[in-house]
Amino acid sequence: MLLIRCPWCGEREETEFHYGGQAHVAYPPDPEAMTDAEWAEYLFFRDNPKGVFAERWVHSAGCRRWFNTLRDTVTSEFVEEAR
Amino acid sequence: MRLPSGGRVDRSAPVRFTLDDVEYTGFAGDTLASAMIANGVLTVAPSLYLRRPRGIVTAGIEEPNALVQVDGEPSLTATTVELVDGLSASTLSGIGRLEPGPAAVHDEKAVHDKKYAHTDVLVVGGGPAGLAAALAASSGGARVMLVDDQPELGGSLLSDASPSPWVASAAAELAARPEVRVLSRATAFGYYDSNYVLVAQKRRLWHVRARRVVLATGAHERPIVFGDNDLPGIMSASAVRTYVNRYAVLPGREVVVLTADDSAYATAFDLTAAGANVVAILDTRTEPPADLAARAMSLGITVSPDQVVRRASGSSRITGVSTRDGWLDCDLLAVSGGWNPVVHLFSQSRGTVRWDDGLAAFVPDVAAQANRVVGAANGVYDLADCLAEGAAAGGEAAELVGYPGAAPELPSVARRNATPPGPLWQAPDDPSRCFVDLQRDATVADVLRATGAGMRSPEHVKRYTTIGTGADQGRTSNVVALGVIASALGLDSPGELGTTTFRAPYAPVSFALMAGRNRGALHDPVRTTAIHPWHVEAGAVFEDVGHWKRPRYYPHAGEDMDAAVLRECHAARTGVGVQDASTLGKIEVVGADAGEFLNRMYTNAFKKLAVGSARYGMMCRADGMVFDDGVTMRLAEDRFYVTTTTGGAARVLDWFEEWAQTEWPSLDVKFTSVTEQWCTVAVVGPKSRAVIGRLAPSLDVSAEAFGFMTFRDTVLHNGIPARIARISFSGELAYEVNVASWYGLAVWRAVLEAGADFDITPYGTETMHVLRAEKGFPIVGQDTDGTVTPHDLGMSWIVSKQKDFVGKRSLRRPDAVRPDRKHLVGLLPVEPDVVLPEGSQLIAPGTPLTPPVPMLGHVTSSYRSAVLERSFALALVKGGRDRIGETVLAPLGDRLVEATVTEPVFYDKEGARRDG
Amino acid sequence: MTVESLRRSPLADHPLVSGSGVRLVEIPFLTAVNVQGAPGFPTPPASGVAAWGERSVLWLGPEEWLVVGPDGDTFDLPGGVDVSANRTTIELSGPNARDVLEKGCTLDLHPRAFGAGRCAQTTLARSQVLLWQTSNAPVYRLMVRGSFAHYLADWLTDAAQEYL
Repeated sequence: MLLIRCPWCGEREETEFHYGGQAHVAYPPDPEAMTDAEWAEYLFFRDNPKGVFAERWVHSAGCRRWFNTLRDTVTSEFVEEAR
Repeated sequence: MRLPSGGRVDRSAPVRFTLDDVEYTGFAGDTLASAMIANGVLTVAPSLYLRRPRGIVTAGIEEPNALVQVDGEPSLTATTVELVDGLSASTLSGIGRLEPGPAAVHDEKAVHDKKYAHTDVLVVGGGPAGLAAALAASSGGARVMLVDDQPELGGSLLSDASPSPWVASAAAELAARPEVRVLSRATAFGYYDSNYVLVAQKRRLWHVRARRVVLATGAHERPIVFGDNDLPGIMSASAVRTYVNRYAVLPGREVVVLTADDSAYATAFDLTAAGANVVAILDTRTEPPADLAARAMSLGITVSPDQVVRRASGSSRITGVSTRDGWLDCDLLAVSGGWNPVVHLFSQSRGTVRWDDGLAAFVPDVAAQANRVVGAANGVYDLADCLAEGAAAGGEAAELVGYPGAAPELPSVARRNATPPGPLWQAPDDPSRCFVDLQRDATVADVLRATGAGMRSPEHVKRYTTIGTGADQGRTSNVVALGVIASALGLDSPGELGTTTFRAPYAPVSFALMAGRNRGALHDPVRTTAIHPWHVEAGAVFEDVGHWKRPRYYPHAGEDMDAAVLRECHAARTGVGVQDASTLGKIEVVGADAGEFLNRMYTNAFKKLAVGSARYGMMCRADGMVFDDGVTMRLAEDRFYVTTTTGGAARVLDWFEEWAQTEWPSLDVKFTSVTEQWCTVAVVGPKSRAVIGRLAPSLDVSAEAFGFMTFRDTVLHNGIPARIARISFSGELAYEVNVASWYGLAVWRAVLEAGADFDITPYGTETMHVLRAEKGFPIVGQDTDGTVTPHDLGMSWIVSKQKDFVGKRSLRRPDAVRPDRKHLVGLLPVEPDVVLPEGSQLIAPGTPLTPPVPMLGHVTSSYRSAVLERSFALALVKGGRDRIGETVLAPLGDRLVEATVTEPVFYDKEGARRDG
Repeated sequence: MTVESLRRSPLADHPLVSGSGVRLVEIPFLTAVNVQGAPGFPTPPASGVAAWGERSVLWLGPEEWLVVGPDGDTFDLPGGVDVSANRTTIELSGPNARDVLEKGCTLDLHPRAFGAGRCAQTTLARSQVLLWQTSNAPVYRLMVRGSFAHYLADWLTDAAQEYL
């Protein structure tokens, strides 16, 4: 079980968090202007790298705050947590 | 037999026990195995598959043979079971049966517990290296946990003829340090991410988080493979020494020692001192260690170099061995094939191991977590080196966690240069008589069959031969098997093959221990509303909705569910019913941009909703599929009260937080869950206005003054402040009375009292479902399944064309506008008494029933209706709205029944009833 | 008869155990207001508790606090949400109080890591709680949602058996 450092509450067990997938996938400013392919890209396509991955977590059983992390998907080690 | 003196057993405390129904006596401090040997019992149950006689091989957790069932608990090893008075054991052939025993090990009342522990430094293993590490780690005040599987600390030192007094002083020192916790009889069996280590005691499962871990897990002695090497009386040399010195029992009198390394010489010396006759030391190496050989000679023991045992003889116990050049009589063969560092936990922590040719063993290589491996587990066998390495690792850990301290006092031990081991993987004998894995009855012949079939990977050979898959997980057999495979493939060493994967648990763990207190009523939380005691008293039948217990219906005497629900429905449609709706999720949404935020979340508009009004809303995920729904009230310009489905409360709050925090942080909007702040009592039916009028006398409840989808804050006749809304989930005139939940029970009773002369009828979730289905109101999660859009539900009216909202763009993706999407429609079974089972698949008439049968859709909701006086259903049907009036078929038992596709609204299509 | 007499706390009539090592009692009807945004009161550091007269201000997250006052306390705070009836409070005290919590709480409660004046939103057994240590004696307050109160009380009672 991972130990995750919430930037606000400190280190907590993985069970207090929910995973939010890849970070920095912003909601498009004008969805209506997008083609079906572009919209599908936003909806469904995410990176799945072997190595360091920027992703989102939410401390749902704690302060309910979302934050970004850099995690190595090979070792599950968190390289960085950011508010 | 028991030696007349010595050992660590308490001769003043005799202990009676039975093995296979025979009574024996041992001493406190014995294991079951040592007490058996004291009573001359070396033989255990025959092997699992070949029924060959087997005996005790080891003195510890690595034991492959001596499986026993003790007081109902199966698959324990006699070598690790502490002897207690009255213990009752039976020997097992590899497999046990869980059954309640007299000592109630698995009694329902036996309490297993769990404990979360945090420590600066965790030391696993209480032998010399672990003790030194724990002392060094704790001397500066760091929090230290020392975990050891024995009843007393000391590890291999306890097997010395006279253990160093340092063991006792170290244990006392640790016990005196307030921040040190020593767990004895505790096995660390799993090493997970972020230094999370699970430790099993008999009744307590420890979840340990450590900042640093020191693994001092020792080493296991390897067997040597030769003909009939599974005979009782063939034991690990170090185990023989442990039995002689620690337990003062002698497993044999005429002993041959077969060794590939130096350590077995001590066994020969201690056996001689204990009065046994060591016939010979057979050393596999051409040049045995000179110093040890000299000492052997001085004791009258013959040392034969470059030796091997070809085959052991005997029927139920060893009687002798044939060597390279002759025959030796013996009743005990003590074997050391070298040592395997116990790298299991290190490997589980994702540390890598490498083959060390000098040590002929896999040793830890690169760590992946904040840990260190010390002592024999690290391939360091010299005692002085073990102590020094342990102390250094403990000191380093103390410093890294910020509590540096003084180096511990260590006993002064002379260093000795060991002669490298001479590993011997298999003797030249009939491969089908040379056993690699005793627990699996697997032989060299099995390995050769695997390699002969072309397998090269140890993982493949393991699965083909089952070597290493027994309860002992190949502790003694794995590396030997690799050696045999390597020989068969013509490789120089097992190092060229690599190891199989080490997985948790290192030792078997019972399910009862893993479950701990989470059993029976505490298995899963049960959530109840403030009105719950009333429901229980009223004899409600409950259903689980998420963790909630909700009344499903309230049967009168003699009623089944159908009868009760028909009665409850009838009351709500013709008189007045009342339901506890408190389980709905509730969220207060506060902030200047609250309206704007809700506008973006819901498919319909909320920004301009008037204060004092309520609106039903639907939410989609970004992919356009229905996610949740509910009624929202506007309490003030900057404040909304959102309700969600019962099951959706937590995920909607998470959803709101996600969008507000990560996409639109500039919006001024905050969320607070108030699900349990409020109790909600739904008062439903033509007489509900009269009931509410009595309940809230200061409120003008006329249709003109209190319109549909509005709410009022008021004070009830008994002084309770309430928020009453005109909301209907049944199509009837209806109200929801919201009060602070601590008033919930009082208000429920007040409503019943106010409606008594209307015969007000409490109803449950089943009636609620029927009432809403008659109106065609879908339930998210029942009539939808994450693949249904608002348009599929026939609710295009709720989808705004003016504003953007989450999911909007997806509603015109090609897949979302396919004409053959499944639509929510009604179904009327042609036979009005037939209630179609929910989940029934639907097909078109005339469809051939040869698989694969093309399906049209399925039934999502299905009931008997009081007001329709017949059965009806809701269903998701391909192109359903274009099939209205058509017939579909559904299986019922072994026949197909017909149903007519209809609009999904069955009752009061004009909506005339909601105003009463 | 006052309207308050019509109130019923989640653990009314629910047995809570006490013994030499552990004492469990319900503190019902505490006033609690959730505030996010601009506070009008003294604020504690992260994971801490500040005093505001006879009230306590508990840190819940960045710019989020729970203001807890005695039963009957009233105060109006801009942006505040009344959650007094949302939770009830179980007070857990006694020399083995920490031992009981450690059976189901993954937080490090050692005095070096946690103590009086600290609070945390976390899980205890299988329910979420707001854990608030009020004294190093130790005394803990567990603020739990009303619907989970019975479950948590039963779990605590079960876990406390060996310390009674």
